[in-house]
Amino acid sequence: MAAAMEQGTDAFVPYIKICRAPAAVTSAAETRIPSKPKDREVTTTSLTKSRGAGHAGDKVFSAATLAAGCLILVVLFGVALFLVIQAVPALVAPPDKIQGGEGFFTYIWPLVIGTLIASVIALVIATPIAIGVALFISHFAPRKLASGLGYVIDLLAAIPSVVYGAWGVAFLAKEISPSYNWLANNMGWLPIFQGPASATGKTILTAGIVLAVMVLPIITSLTREIFLQTPKLHEEAALALGATRWEMIRMTVLPFGRPGIISAVMLGLGRALGETMAVALVLSSGVLTASLIQTGNQTIAAEIALNFPEASGLKVSTLIAAGLVLFVITLGVNMIARGIITRHKEFSGAN
Amino acid sequence: MTSTLTPVRKRSALTKGQLPKAAPYIVLAVALVLGAAILALIGFNAFGWGLVSAILFAAGLVGWSLAVEGARKAKDKLATCLVVGAFLIALLPLFSVIWTVLVNGLPGLLDPGFLNTSMNGVTGAFDNKTVEEGAPLLGGIYHALMGTLLITVLATLISVPVGLLTAIYLVEYGEDRALARAITFFVDVMTGIPSIVAGLFAAAAFFAVVGPGTKTGAVAAVALSVLMIPVVVRSSEEMLKIVPNELREAAYALGVRKWRTILKVVLPTAISGIASGITLAIARVIGETAPILVTAGFATAINTNVFSGWMASLPTFIYTQILNPTSPSNPDPSSQRAWGAALVLIILVMLLNLGARLIARMFAPKTGR
Repeated sequence: MAAAMEQGTDAFVPYIKICRAPAAVTSAAETRIPSKPKDREVTTTSLTKSRGAGHAGDKVFSAATLAAGCLILVVLFGVALFLVIQAVPALVAPPDKIQGGEGFFTYIWPLVIGTLIASVIALVIATPIAIGVALFISHFAPRKLASGLGYVIDLLAAIPSVVYGAWGVAFLAKEISPSYNWLANNMGWLPIFQGPASATGKTILTAGIVLAVMVLPIITSLTREIFLQTPKLHEEAALALGATRWEMIRMTVLPFGRPGIISAVMLGLGRALGETMAVALVLSSGVLTASLIQTGNQTIAAEIALNFPEASGLKVSTLIAAGLVLFVITLGVNMIARGIITRHKEFSGAN
Repeated sequence: MTSTLTPVRKRSALTKGQLPKAAPYIVLAVALVLGAAILALIGFNAFGWGLVSAILFAAGLVGWSLAVEGARKAKDKLATCLVVGAFLIALLPLFSVIWTVLVNGLPGLLDPGFLNTSMNGVTGAFDNKTVEEGAPLLGGIYHALMGTLLITVLATLISVPVGLLTAIYLVEYGEDRALARAITFFVDVMTGIPSIVAGLFAAAAFFAVVGPGTKTGAVAAVALSVLMIPVVVRSSEEMLKIVPNELREAAYALGVRKWRTILKVVLPTAISGIASGITLAIARVIGETAPILVTAGFATAINTNVFSGWMASLPTFIYTQILNPTSPSNPDPSSQRAWGAALVLIILVMLLNLGARLIARMFAPKTGR
C-alpha cells in the first residue's frame, strides 16, 4: 500500500493532505490514492521532485509523536504492573510475617480509614472556602484586581508540600493546641473531640487543616474557571429581573457550575488522599482512634514515607502493596471526577 | 402661592429603603472599636481582634440592612461578607507560611558556608558544640542543592520530549481517534497519581529490572518524570490548540510538509506558552519530597553522579533535618538548616513561577496589528 503510494501517485500526497488538513496519513487515505485518475500526474510533475527527505520526515515525525503518546499509556500500565509485581510477596505471605502479625488486610485497614479521615477533614474545611474564594475572584472582586488576586491564590499551590509540613509542625500545631484543650473540655462529649487533647497539637485534625490549605488552590482554580464560563446572558437576565447579586449567583452561576464544583472537589480529594509530606511531618501517628484531637491515626502515604527508606525484604513489599491500595483509591476517585467533567464537556473550557 | 411651587425635597421612592453609601465604613469603624473593647477584656491579640471585628462587622451590616432594606438585600450583604471573608481566610495561611519561612530561614541562609558546604562529616557533636559553646554552625545544603538541580534537569530531559511529542500527537495527528481519547483520559488520570505512588513505581521498576535496593538520582528522575509528563502534555496541548488553523493552512497551501509545518510554523507560534508551561511543571516537581525519599535515599556527601549512589535533595534535606535532627539532644541547629533550605526552595520555586510569566510575556507571538 505504502509502496504503491511512493511509486506512481506521489503527486497527490500534498493535495490530499491539504484537503484533510490536520489529519494523519490514514490507511483510508492511502487506499484511495491508486484509484485516482492518472492524467493529473502529468500537470504536477514538478511536485513529484520534492519527495525524499520531506516524505521520510513526515513518517518519522508522526511515528515519534505516536510513540510518545503510547509511551504514556505504557508508563501508566507499568505503574500498575510493577506495583503489583512487587506487592505480590506481601499479599501471599503468611499473616504472621506481616507487620502487626495479623495479615495484610488488618495492617492496611486502619491506614485506609486514617487516610479517609484526614481527607474528609481537609475537604470539609477547604470546599466552602474555595467556593467562596472562586466566587470572590469571578464575581465580587473589582475586575482589574481579579486576575492578580487569582495569582496570589495560585501561589499557595506553588509552595512545596514539605514546607507546608514544616509550617504545620513548627507553627500551626503549637498555635492551635490551646483550642484543642478548649474543644476537649467543652465538646468532649462528642466522640471526635474526646479528650485528653494532645499537648503538642500534632493530631490528625492539624494534619487535615494543613491538607485543606494544600487542596484549597486546586479547588479554587477549577471552580473559578467554571464560574467564569456561566453564560453572560443568564446572569444579565437575572439582574434585569431585579435579582440582587447573591440571587443572581444562586439562580445562574451555582446551578451552571454544579457538576464542575463536584469534580473539582473530587480532584481535591484525590490530592488530599495522596499527600504525603504534610501528614508525615505533622501527625504524631499511632493506632486508629475516633478522636481527632488525640495523637493517633496514620495515613497510607505517610506510613510509606516514614518506613520505606529503612525497609527491606517483605516490609518493602508490604509498603508497595499499601501504595498499590492508595493508587487504586486515588485512581477511582480521579476517574469518577474526570468522568463527570467529560460528560459535561461544555463546562471544560475547550472552545 | 409660593408654598405650592416650592420644590419639596422628598426622598424618591426608588432610593427609599437603602443604606447610606458610607454604611460599610461606619459599621467597620464601630466593629473595630467594639472588637478592641471586647478583646481588651479577655486579653488582646491581633488575630483575635481581626476575627471578632470581622464577625461584628458582618453581623452589624447584615442586621442594619435587614432593618432598613429588607430580607433580600440583607441576604445579599451576608453573602458578600461570607465570600470576602473566605478570601481573607485563604490569604492567612499564605502569609503565615511565607512569614514563618522568612523569619526562621534567614538566619540559616545568611550563615557563611550554608550554600557551599555539604553535611559530610557534620555530626551531632558539632551541633552540641554550637548550642553549648557558641561555636559557628557547620554544615550546609550544597549537596542537596546539587542533587535537586541534577535530578530536576534529568527529569526535565525525560519529560519534555515525551510530553511535547504527545501533545503534538493529540493536537495534530490525533483527530478524535480512540487512541487519542484514551491518551487524553489517562493523562488526566496521571495528573492525579499521588507523588509517593510515582516514587514507589520508579523504585519498584528499578528493583525489578536492576536489582533490589537500587536507589540513585536517576530513579528519582524517573519518578519525577511520571509526575511531570502529564503537566507538560496538558499545558502544551492547550497552547498548540490555540494556534490559528489559518497558519497551518497557509503552510500547506505553499506545499510545506506536515512535519515541517509543525516544526517551523506551529511550534514557534506556541513556544512562549509551551516554555512557560514547562517552567511551571519544573516548579511543581522541584519541591516534591515523597518520590525522592523513596527513590534516592538521603546522602550527606556531595554526589554528582545520578546513576550511582544515594543522592540528597533540598526537600528530603528539610524533611530529615526536621524529623531526625543531626543531634537529637539539640535539634535547633538542624531546624535552622531546615528552614534555611526551605527558604532556598521557596525562592527557587517562586523564581521559576516568575520566569514562566516572563517567558510567556517576552516570547509571546507578535499579533501584527
